[in-house]
Amino acid sequence: MAETLLFNALRAAIDEEMARDPSVFVLGEDVGHYGGSYKVTRELYKKYGDLRVLDTPIAENSFTGMAVGAAMTGLRPIIEGMNMGFLLLAFNQIANNAGMLRYTSGGNYKIPMVIRGPGGVGRQLGAEHSQRLEAYFQGVPGLKLVACSTPYNAKGLLKSAIRDDNPVLFFEHVLLYNLKEDLPEEEYLLPLDKAELVRKGGDVTILTYSRMRHHCITAVKTLVQQGYDPEVIDLISLKPLDFETIGESIRKTHRVIVVEECMKSGGIGAELTASINDRLFDELDAPVLRLASQDIPTPYNGTLENLTIVQPQQIVEAVQKMISLGV
Amino acid sequence: MIQERTIPTLPSVNSITRDEGLLLYEDMVLGRTFEDKCAEMYYRGKMFGFVHLYNGQEAVSTGVIGAMRPGNDYVCSTYRDHVHALSVGVPAREVMAELFGKATGCSKGRGGSMHLFSAKHHLLGGYAFIGEGIPVALGAAFQSKYRREVMGDETANQVTAAFFGDGTTNNGQFFECLNMAALWKLPIIFVVENNKWAIGMAHERATSQPEIFKKASVFDMPGVEVDGMDVLAVRTVAQAAIARARAGEGPTLIECLTYRFRGHSLADPDELRSKAEKEAWLARDPVKKLATYLLDKQLVEAGELKAIDRRIQEVVDDAIKFAQESPEPDPSELYRFVFAEDE
Repeated sequence: MAETLLFNALRAAIDEEMARDPSVFVLGEDVGHYGGSYKVTRELYKKYGDLRVLDTPIAENSFTGMAVGAAMTGLRPIIEGMNMGFLLLAFNQIANNAGMLRYTSGGNYKIPMVIRGPGGVGRQLGAEHSQRLEAYFQGVPGLKLVACSTPYNAKGLLKSAIRDDNPVLFFEHVLLYNLKEDLPEEEYLLPLDKAELVRKGGDVTILTYSRMRHHCITAVKTLVQQGYDPEVIDLISLKPLDFETIGESIRKTHRVIVVEECMKSGGIGAELTASINDRLFDELDAPVLRLASQDIPTPYNGTLENLTIVQPQQIVEAVQKMISLGV
Repeated sequence: MIQERTIPTLPSVNSITRDEGLLLYEDMVLGRTFEDKCAEMYYRGKMFGFVHLYNGQEAVSTGVIGAMRPGNDYVCSTYRDHVHALSVGVPAREVMAELFGKATGCSKGRGGSMHLFSAKHHLLGGYAFIGEGIPVALGAAFQSKYRREVMGDETANQVTAAFFGDGTTNNGQFFECLNMAALWKLPIIFVVENNKWAIGMAHERATSQPEIFKKASVFDMPGVEVDGMDVLAVRTVAQAAIARARAGEGPTLIECLTYRFRGHSLADPDELRSKAEKEAWLARDPVKKLATYLLDKQLVEAGELKAIDRRIQEVVDDAIKFAQESPEPDPSELYRFVFAEDE
């Protein structure tokens, strides 16, 4: 595949997996004839039919539960959350049934399903359409949480998520669908539980995911010109966290900055920081620094919205401060 | 006590053979005896957690599940799931062991009373929150249609039965799933066990239209009311609904008018239901009703029924012994089954 947009990379992943395995099907709001709110499933219904690309009524909790039942009985559903925020309405089915049922059933049932869709803060979409559900769901046992960030990893990760026998929440970002990248012609899969080393460096570890990866890259360009040498790791797997990769980096740099779009309270960064303190405290030369969104509903106003989420300049300043303090 | 609804009577019930009658009786007695033993164990401090017993409603489980194909059709239950599990064929030993939290339980001691599962018996589970099992049942029904139409599996004509109570019919998942089931003509039957009370909330105080079967009509779906204390009536209605579903003609809503002879759970002081109401329903005991029918029709002799009673008592006593003697789950396996890789 030549230069591919991220939403088309996701589409290709779904298409390839549906062609490979007839038990894979897509369901959700406007996934069929409309092609999905971000066109990830565009025209797939023409190839696979209405039952395999199932347009559902607007009934999030029920169609999510339906997918759980289908998964328990041997199908491999992919739910599209038209906007991931809507899946708050399906919280019960995702938490109680998708997440916990394998355990409470004592291993009677597997729930191989993917719940994917756009999340994160877009451009002035208002509070309800600007959510980071990964924070809410990270406490649910049995769920895997994965966040893609480039066309390349979006495709390889989604294919693996579809083949995984566990429920996987797969986070895309509203502002990343039009990223472009050359993709390999041949098939590839990426592991769901491995973080991605984005930039090798030596003096500070920046842990990030989803769209904030790109803010970090922007900041790093400035920082490198100033003589800094940060290491950037895209977590990819938000649960479980890849402490092999994280640990290796921290044992080298001894300094950590977390950059995330979650709200600071109870976010992925909160868990990450606590886990770093639990496991790697002796390696740290400075307290873990968290850059996160403000603890407010995302405001509509563009200026206020920008103040709510982390900006590249804040990352630059955080690195400068941490290193210049010589800690 | 609110004016009771007129108990519906069918023009005729499907006849049963002697063997069928004995099977129905045995299943109902198993349900009753098992639950009575649970109450005893709970009050003696041998069993813990929330325990919701099914006494009084046996005609529904036996009538519906007895009309299904064991181990092939799917059944989805609620927190009041012991007897549904027994009716689908989960051994009493495994159900009782689960209630004791043992490693030999059908959910390996991880589930408990409200979370009984058996993939082998196509028991989709006991679901503890109101309404949440209905979408899961819908998914199993969708799966049957999908296998047949997409994957070309001609044998995939299983029917799924979703059981739930009157309280659930005021919940969105009920309406959402009725809509989707009718829209896609899914092979599912919705079985409402209307026992008149959602814990302490009288049905009439919770719903604008107490006649639940009528709610099917807005989805262009057949809705039937049936005497839920009469196993032959339930069975007759279920057989028609199952045949419709299996033929691809879509879902049916069955409202069974029934009553629970005990409180909501064994922790419920049961102070709101009147003595008169309880007595009126106790007089319609479904187990006795079937026994009387079988004897009146001279299908069986009293001694045969007594022999079943004795044998079932032995089955339940054996289940208790098995549960008590079974090992606790291995503490080193605390995390086992969180993920699919744990077999």
